[in-house]
Amino acid sequence: MIIFDKVAKQYPGGYTALDGISLRIAPGELVILSGHSGAGKSTLLKLIPAIERPTSGAVRINEQDISRLPRRAVPYLRRNIGMVLQESRLLFDRSVYDNILLPLIINGHPPGDAAKRVGAALDLVGLHGREKEFPAGLSGGEQQRAAIARAFVNRPSILIADEPTAHLDPAYAAEIAELFKSFNGAGVTVLVVTHDVSLFRHWSPRRIALAHGRLMEE
Amino acid sequence: MRNWLYLHSRALAQALERLGGQPFGTLLSALVMGVALALPAGGYLLLDNIAVLARGVSGTPEISLFLDDKADSAQAEAVQGKLQAEPDLASFRFVSRDEALRQLESSGLGDVLSGIAVNPLPDAFVVTLRSDDPELFEALSARMRNWPGVAHVQLDSAWIKRLSALIGLGRTVVLMLAALLGLALVIITFNTIRLQILTQKNEIEVSRLLGATDRFIRRPFYWFGSLQGVFGGLVALGVVWIGVDVLAGPVAKVAESYGALVALSHPGWLESLATVASAAALGWLGAAISVRRHLAET
Repeated sequence: MIIFDKVAKQYPGGYTALDGISLRIAPGELVILSGHSGAGKSTLLKLIPAIERPTSGAVRINEQDISRLPRRAVPYLRRNIGMVLQESRLLFDRSVYDNILLPLIINGHPPGDAAKRVGAALDLVGLHGREKEFPAGLSGGEQQRAAIARAFVNRPSILIADEPTAHLDPAYAAEIAELFKSFNGAGVTVLVVTHDVSLFRHWSPRRIALAHGRLMEE
Repeated sequence: MRNWLYLHSRALAQALERLGGQPFGTLLSALVMGVALALPAGGYLLLDNIAVLARGVSGTPEISLFLDDKADSAQAEAVQGKLQAEPDLASFRFVSRDEALRQLESSGLGDVLSGIAVNPLPDAFVVTLRSDDPELFEALSARMRNWPGVAHVQLDSAWIKRLSALIGLGRTVVLMLAALLGLALVIITFNTIRLQILTQKNEIEVSRLLGATDRFIRRPFYWFGSLQGVFGGLVALGVVWIGVDVLAGPVAKVAESYGALVALSHPGWLESLATVASAAALGWLGAAISVRRHLAET
């Protein structure tokens, strides 16, 4: 369970990104977060892995208040949250395989088990056989799929994505949306920030809209 | 423990990969560090060689006790008795004035005494000590000067003491040099790691997003600094080794002209290990300071 309790976020300079957000996301939910640019969607998303901290209010994940989590505990929180950002943020000097392997190394997985998990993740995103290639050799959609494989390889219980289909052709975007649905089908809580809500309409996800840092509709 | 070893082996491989990825830069850094380290390492080795040489040239340390002209046989026997009672002596022998004259004549200096009717040389005892400790020499000779019948005590260790003091001074200079150049090595590594952190900024950010701890991120940089130190240490050893080979011939010729047999020695296993280990430790230190300072900024 992810709970936002009267969460506000003000950036230095006085800009208010979030203004008293209260929200509960149940385990296994698929949530689509939409709103115009500057509505506070990305800030809301960044509060979950403690990339940003709220100015007031609390964010709780499984009853743990992560707004007050000590800095040294943050890495362990992030290991249970898969993240897909607008840009793939792949490491371009490493192969696709090594990129997907990285979270498993960080998490201390034994090499044999890690190799199996990377293989399964590559199969899942349809990049089997491309693992030795470097990200520069992949298309935009393939890069994003590699990033999704990296986010999911640790089998997190929460998956968050910030505009994962922003720069993709409609066909690639639909594939990516399918992937998120399949993860959600496996019991993962999925929270996707997107401008293109229609991509997910077939699965009747929970839709949340933000405007000027406030919840507008559910 | 297994996981810890695995993470370290990965960090080591990553550091080697980064070093290998920029061979020219790695070579230059190793050369700069090597030359800087070769100065104190070579200085230490030179002083060590001089100390060994001094011990070899001085042979067995001796004290000569010259008796008073007016000393009679009873006084000479009393001195002999006192020498027998001294626990620090290895041996002693009596050299009579006649024997001393014969030795002088056989050494080719007989002409000097040809115009003198009376033998001017005194009776003497030549004393050998168990130890070559200059302090012991001083203490013993000071006691002997007060013995009745003893006119003069000649200390053969005076020059050894001077040389020993000079070697001590040299060691201090080498230590200061080592400290200064060690600091330079730390600064070089600090800067190299700072550049590495800037180069790897994206990887560091991504790793943090994926749940990497600070320790995980720092590890490859520690290995990088230590490995750079090891390479620098190996270059320093190479420079010293070649230096010894180049200087061995000329030094032997100089020593030969003084009647001494001298062979400059290469650094031993222990010295070599100490040089490389110190360089690795300094590299690690530079990396640790740099990583602590610059990772907070990324």
